[in-house]
Amino acid sequence: MALDVAAYPIIRTVGIDGLLVSFGDRLGEPANRAAIAFRAEVERAGWDGVEETSSSLVSCYLRFDPLAVRHADLEAKLRALMGSRDWLEAELPHGRRLHRIPTVYGGTLAPQFGEAAAAAGLSEADALGSLSSARVRVTALGFAPGQPYLGQLPECWDVPRQQALTPKVPKGALVLAIRQFVLFAVTAPTGWRHVGQTAATLFRMGDARPFLLAPGDEVIFPAVSEDAFSNMAADPGGGASWEALP
Amino acid sequence: MSRALIVLRAGPALTLQDDGRPGWITYGLSRGGAMDRLALAEGRALLGQKGSVALEMGGMGGLFEATEDMRIALSGAPMRATIDGAPLLWHASHLLPRGAKLDIGPATAGAYGYLHVGGGFQGPEFLGAVSAHLTAGLGGAVEPGARLSVGPDRGGATGRKLPVEDRFGGGTLRVVASLQTELFPGDQRDRFAEEGFTRDNRANRMGVKVNPDGPGYGVEGGLSVVSEVIAPGDIQMTGDGAPFVLLAESQTTGGYPRLATVIPADLPRIAQAPAGARLRFRWISLDEALAAEATRRRLEAELPRRAVPVVRHPADVPDLLSHKLVSGFSSGDHHDH
Repeated sequence: MALDVAAYPIIRTVGIDGLLVSFGDRLGEPANRAAIAFRAEVERAGWDGVEETSSSLVSCYLRFDPLAVRHADLEAKLRALMGSRDWLEAELPHGRRLHRIPTVYGGTLAPQFGEAAAAAGLSEADALGSLSSARVRVTALGFAPGQPYLGQLPECWDVPRQQALTPKVPKGALVLAIRQFVLFAVTAPTGWRHVGQTAATLFRMGDARPFLLAPGDEVIFPAVSEDAFSNMAADPGGGASWEALP
Repeated sequence: MSRALIVLRAGPALTLQDDGRPGWITYGLSRGGAMDRLALAEGRALLGQKGSVALEMGGMGGLFEATEDMRIALSGAPMRATIDGAPLLWHASHLLPRGAKLDIGPATAGAYGYLHVGGGFQGPEFLGAVSAHLTAGLGGAVEPGARLSVGPDRGGATGRKLPVEDRFGGGTLRVVASLQTELFPGDQRDRFAEEGFTRDNRANRMGVKVNPDGPGYGVEGGLSVVSEVIAPGDIQMTGDGAPFVLLAESQTTGGYPRLATVIPADLPRIAQAPAGARLRFRWISLDEALAAEATRRRLEAELPRRAVPVVRHPADVPDLLSHKLVSGFSSGDHHDH
């Protein structure tokens, strides 16, 4: 890799109208926290010409009008903000929730569970125990509306994406790679392994709060049987529940 | 009866499209909107309106009938089009009389044609736009039997055409280095601008796959790169090494390494490249890209002034209706058919 790991945080361009401030080159809890906190500060600053901001796993993205604001000027503002404090020590947002989303592991509903367990070097029973008890954090939303990246799973789950795309996994699919879950909001192709199936609805048009999950929320995916799953599928919330975190 | 366009027959990829929904990346919703935003602007310019919703037609059109006399414009990929059997000029505006059949067949070049109506199509708005976003599950394809509501038309000319540069058969795409370009070996970055590519059969509103003449592209450890924000035009390398150019309905974030980004001015050209089209890539500097962006915006702003009357000899237009279309200026309120 050409990137200098010691140099973080770094600024890179995205296309012709974006700048990205990254706090690490792999997912880490402090880098994710830094990205979320940094973005909140950029939003607060309200700089001219900035049209959109977002936080991803370890980075804060700014999209701006590059004919109204020079890259160099915006970069200077970002560098000043980057140097103003230790962003890796930043606090997570308040008002977070702990969600429980029932999940069927393996079988015809989640056909790559066995393959993923083997890649992790675990028996299927141990893999089930590990995944169904893991408490993971929403590190970012992406790929589809309301769709979370969740991390970080135990080290044994540091398995790469597969070489080819799976043409289609269904809405509610729980997929896994590099110590993370993604919970699919819609039917889509993916390079991650399909290990579980939920009935969760992550994005509901017309709701006052259209997104079930927010960055910083935590989630547990307890194991349920296929029979229990078919009952949950009729529930508008897919059997999911949540409580406020202190 | 409300003002509407009735869909009697529909190609497989008809959707209502506008400028999409910028501003929701952090919630995982990509902008979406028309695949060829220049074609959206061209249709609006032909009808003298702004911000209107058009019908995007992937590969082929359909059969349509208007409940009232209606101004229409055709833009984007040229398709075989007739009104009651009389051929229509593409990149032009026309009058569609009430009850007449507008038949739009397959594209003769390019990938996405656009049907615009005076007043624009109306539909349920969500987060400030009507655009269907198929990947996100917002809205859906327009099916046969649909009745598309059309807004009130303040009127204006028909029988106007726009000179349009051919962007419907592949060509050269200008790219800039982006956040992950440096991850790729130098010889791959060089080869990317030297060899040719062929647009794969695989394409949809998420993006377009292009197959290199030579071996595949990739980076060491590329399957474990941390997921980062995606911008339209980003060129990602999936495991099979064939570049995939991400477009209107791309994901907002992704972990496959990205070699470069197609500049906005050339996104219409890649979106419109049909299967089998030959493509090349050319690296340009950020400064050159910003100059190209300034030009793109200037040309788009000039579109309304570049629409000119279609001038044809009456002998070439035996059909009275067509003659009226080319010579007449109809205000939406005073159609005389």
